[in-house]
Formats: sequence, C-alpha cells, structure tokens
Amino acid sequence: MDSLLTNYISPYYIKIFTLVGIYIIIALGLNFISGVTGQLSFGHAAFVSIGAYTAAILTTRLQLPFLPSLLVGGLLAAVVGILLGFPILRLTGDYLGIATLGFGEIVIVVFQNMDITGGTIGLSGIAKNTSLSLVVLVVIFTIWSMYRLENSRFGRALMAIREDEIAANVMGINITAYKIQAFGIGTFFAGIGGGLYAHMIQYLNPTDFGFSRSFEYLTFVVLGGLGSIPGTILGTTVLTLAPEFLRFVAEYRMMIYGALMVIMMIFRPRGLLGGVNLSKKIRALKNKKKTTIPSDAR
Amino acid sequence: MFWQQLINGITLGSTYALIALGYTMVYGIIQLINFAHGEIYMIGAFVGVVAVTVFQLNIFIALFVAMTVCIIIGVSVERIAYKPLRRSTRLAPLISAIGVSIFLQTLMTLIAGPQAVGFPQVINDQLYHIGSVTVSKVQVIILILASALMVGLQLIIKYLRIGKAMRAASEDYDTASLMGINVNRVISFTFALGSALAAAGGVMVGMYFNSIHPLMGVMAGTKAFCAAVLGGIGSIPGAMLGGLFLGVAEVGGVALGYGGYRDAIAFTLLILVLLFKPTGLLGRPIQRKV
Repeated sequence: MDSLLTNYISPYYIKIFTLVGIYIIIALGLNFISGVTGQLSFGHAAFVSIGAYTAAILTTRLQLPFLPSLLVGGLLAAVVGILLGFPILRLTGDYLGIATLGFGEIVIVVFQNMDITGGTIGLSGIAKNTSLSLVVLVVIFTIWSMYRLENSRFGRALMAIREDEIAANVMGINITAYKIQAFGIGTFFAGIGGGLYAHMIQYLNPTDFGFSRSFEYLTFVVLGGLGSIPGTILGTTVLTLAPEFLRFVAEYRMMIYGALMVIMMIFRPRGLLGGVNLSKKIRALKNKKKTTIPSDAR
Repeated sequence: MFWQQLINGITLGSTYALIALGYTMVYGIIQLINFAHGEIYMIGAFVGVVAVTVFQLNIFIALFVAMTVCIIIGVSVERIAYKPLRRSTRLAPLISAIGVSIFLQTLMTLIAGPQAVGFPQVINDQLYHIGSVTVSKVQVIILILASALMVGLQLIIKYLRIGKAMRAASEDYDTASLMGINVNRVISFTFALGSALAAAGGVMVGMYFNSIHPLMGVMAGTKAFCAAVLGGIGSIPGAMLGGLFLGVAEVGGVALGYGGYRDAIAFTLLILVLLFKPTGLLGRPIQRKV
C-alpha cells in the first residue's frame, strides 16, 4: 500500500503524515484524560515511552510479531497508568499535573538506568514496521472509539466529573473509579502511539520522552480546543506541520513556533475549535437549506 | 562526611529556593505555573557572564545588572503573554508560558550558541576548614547572599505597602481589587521580585558550577517548581523550606551512590509528599465549597 503511495507522494511527506497520524492517536488519548475528564496530565510522554519501549523490546529482543507487540505496549502503558492512577488521582488540578510531571521524569531516569532499554545510549535496530496505511487505520479506530466513548453513559459521567466533581459525586458517580478508567484508556492510546512511533523512527532514547514532549502533546490538545475531537486533530496537524513549513526561516523556526503559541492563545484562548460544536453547526447549515424562515416571521 | 554533604546540599538548595520563590509568589496571586521562570533564571546567568567577561564588572555589580535585566524581561513577559489571558481558561496562560519558554530558549541558543559557556572564576578558590568540614569561599558567598535576599524579601512582604498589597491579592484577588488595590501593579511587582531572585540564583549557580547553558533553565526550573510545590505552593517560607529540602536530598542521594537517579530524587520526593500532604508541607488545605 505504502509502496503504491510512494509513486505519488515523496517519502518525506509520507513520513510527515505518518508522524501526524501517530501524534493524533497520542493527543486523542490525552484529550480523553484532560479534555473530557478534566484531569491535568503533564506526563503523557512517559506513557508513550512505556508503549514504545515495550513494543520495541518485544520485537527486537524477543522477535515477536509487530502487531501483538504493539498491543502489549499499549496494554502495559494502560496498566501503569491505572496503577499510578490509584494513588495520584486523588490529587486535583495543578497538583495532579505536577505529580504526573514528576512521574514522567522518574520513568525517563529509570529507562536511562535499565540495561534492557539500552540505557542512555538508547535502543536501536528496531525494524521499520509502521506504515502510513496502518497508522491511518489506527487513527480511524481511535477517532471512532473516542466518539463512542464520549457519547456513552461512561463518557457522560466523565464530563460530569469535569464540570463539577462534587455534583457528579452527589449524582452517584464513583469519581475515583471513573477517573482511573479514563486514565487507563488515555494511556492505552499513548502506548499504542508510542509503539507505532518506535517502529517508525527505529531508534529510541529516553530523553526523547521528557516533559517538554508531554507539554507538546498538551499544546496540541489545548491549541486545538480542549475536549474537542476535531479540535485535537486540527491542533495536532497544524502544530506538527508548522515546524516543517517554517523550515525556510531555518534557525528562527522554534522561536517563531514559541511566539505563535503565545499569539494563538491570546487570540483564541479556548483553542482553535474550542466552544465550537461542529455537528451542531453542520445540522444548523442543513436546516437553513431545508427551511427558509421568512425574515418578517419574528 | 554528613556535615559536609549537608553544607553542599544547603548551597544547592538555596539556589533552588531562590527560583522557587518566583514560582510560588506568582502562583499565590494568579494561580499560574509560570513555565518561563526557568528561562529567566538562565538569562540571568548569561547576563552575569557578559557583565563579568565583556564589561569586566565586579561580580556583585554583575549580579545587580543581571537582576535588573531580568526584572525588565520578566515584567515584559507578563505584560505581553499573560496579561491578555488573565480572565480566560486555566490552561491558556499555561500554554502561553510554554510558548514564551520555547521562544526564550531558542533566542538564547541563537545568541550564545548551543554549547555550554564557561563562567569565569570570579572568586578565588579559597577553602575554609571548620572541623572536618571544608567550605569554599563561593559557598560562603552564595549562602550569605541567598539568606540576605530571602530576608529582604520577607521584609518587603511584611512591612512595605506593596508587600501588604501582595499578601492581600494572594488571599483573595477579587476582594483585593475591590478594596482599591491596583492588582495589575501588584502582579507586575510580583513578577519583578521573582525575576530578580531567579537572576540572582542563575548568577550564583554559574559561580558555583562554573558552566552555564541555554537549556539549563529547563531542569533547574522544573526542580525549583517541585520545591515550591513540596513546600506548599503559594507559601513563601514553604518555597524556602522546599528548596533547601530538595537540595539536601539530592546531594545526599548522590553521596549515597544513587548518582544515576539524581534527577529522579526530587520528583520521587515530590510525589511522596503530595500523597501524604496533598498541598505540600506548609500549604493551606484546599477548601471545597458546594
């Protein structure tokens, strides 16, 4: 499939689009934790790294097939997320953010000191198993499951927790259990994204998963519109492509990127698609076409 | 051995404490984690180097220059990147702060180059022996300067009019502004104080480790923030205590042979403290109102 694509698109663009897809999977996972459930996480990259390392170690050291390894990576990230969730999801707001940030840094230091991960030298020799078509399939699956989750009883409970924890609790929602489940789901997708990332970049280094990376994912979500699935996709796409399009300014690239973040926040503090309900908008457009209301009816 | 490590830990910890104060004061008033604060500290160190090497200034004058430059930068960052976002969602100023942080880091990398810059030895390496403990002159100067700055800060906050206004604003932002306190001025002043302390911390770290780097603010800033949270964010004595605690723990951990885990020590401590005291050592408990 990808070899067919290379006839039409240059390998450079295929790589960029694959990366955008992987980031969308990871960012949607974070959106589920921070956007839908309202729990601040500054350590999302740590779960990405757990998925990436698990999948890569399984395929390189144990010669396991790619897809099961990917799944195991995602599951392990989810298990770690759930185990971490039990103690720290009692914290709220910024304190939770800081605790997750701390956890993320601990994970990196642990990977740096482990033998099986290659320590500070990193893990290389990972086969290139990730293809654009696979990533697209996983992205579609992720988007579909996010919509299904959000519009379920479970998703409504999570949104209730986001809006008002005490009120949700009074309504009979077991806050801790729901938060932990949401955390597990979000970190599962982080792990899947990590496994795909590992088998695309083919080299892993613990420092690639530091908190600056976690903040990058958070920026994707917030700039797109916290809690909005199309917003997260748009934010991720724009912010992943921006540094590529900014290549012509060479070394000023990251400076402009930083300045852009500030400017975008000042003009759209709720994100690009924050507070915009796309499905409502589409419905409104359809209704307008069907029924033309006479202007003097009011 | 124990006392030696304690002194080393306190020296490192007092620089963390100086940075942590800026985080805690800003958070106390506008509930913003000012992620660009670590960059202010880094810029302070670079201004110090330029003042000492290019302009051949005395180290104390250099310290003063660094503090002044950082006050200007810190206050302008607040005006440009945070002030327009004061009444918006919680995460918007946070993202803006990360943007500022990336901007300042790249700017400094462009100006100074990506490699580490040596900090000239401005203070002779005289050593003092007290019993079995060896203290260098740099350490003595850092300890005296840091204590003087912290005492000065306490005096400003306790006795000056603007200090009282700061305390009022951190108690209740809206009520303070209703009482005729110019909250915008208070916020600018808070950023100025925090930036000055961070700059002092940057110059001191440069003096102590003799090497500075455009990315040095990232880890130091995060650890200092941990120190602020550890001590109880919003609490000024808490930030000092947290900084010292973290410095001692880190140096102690390395001395015990966990050098590879150096950066993890701070964060492990942080999580442990938060689990048992969710608002930090000296933090006020969160009040939940229905």
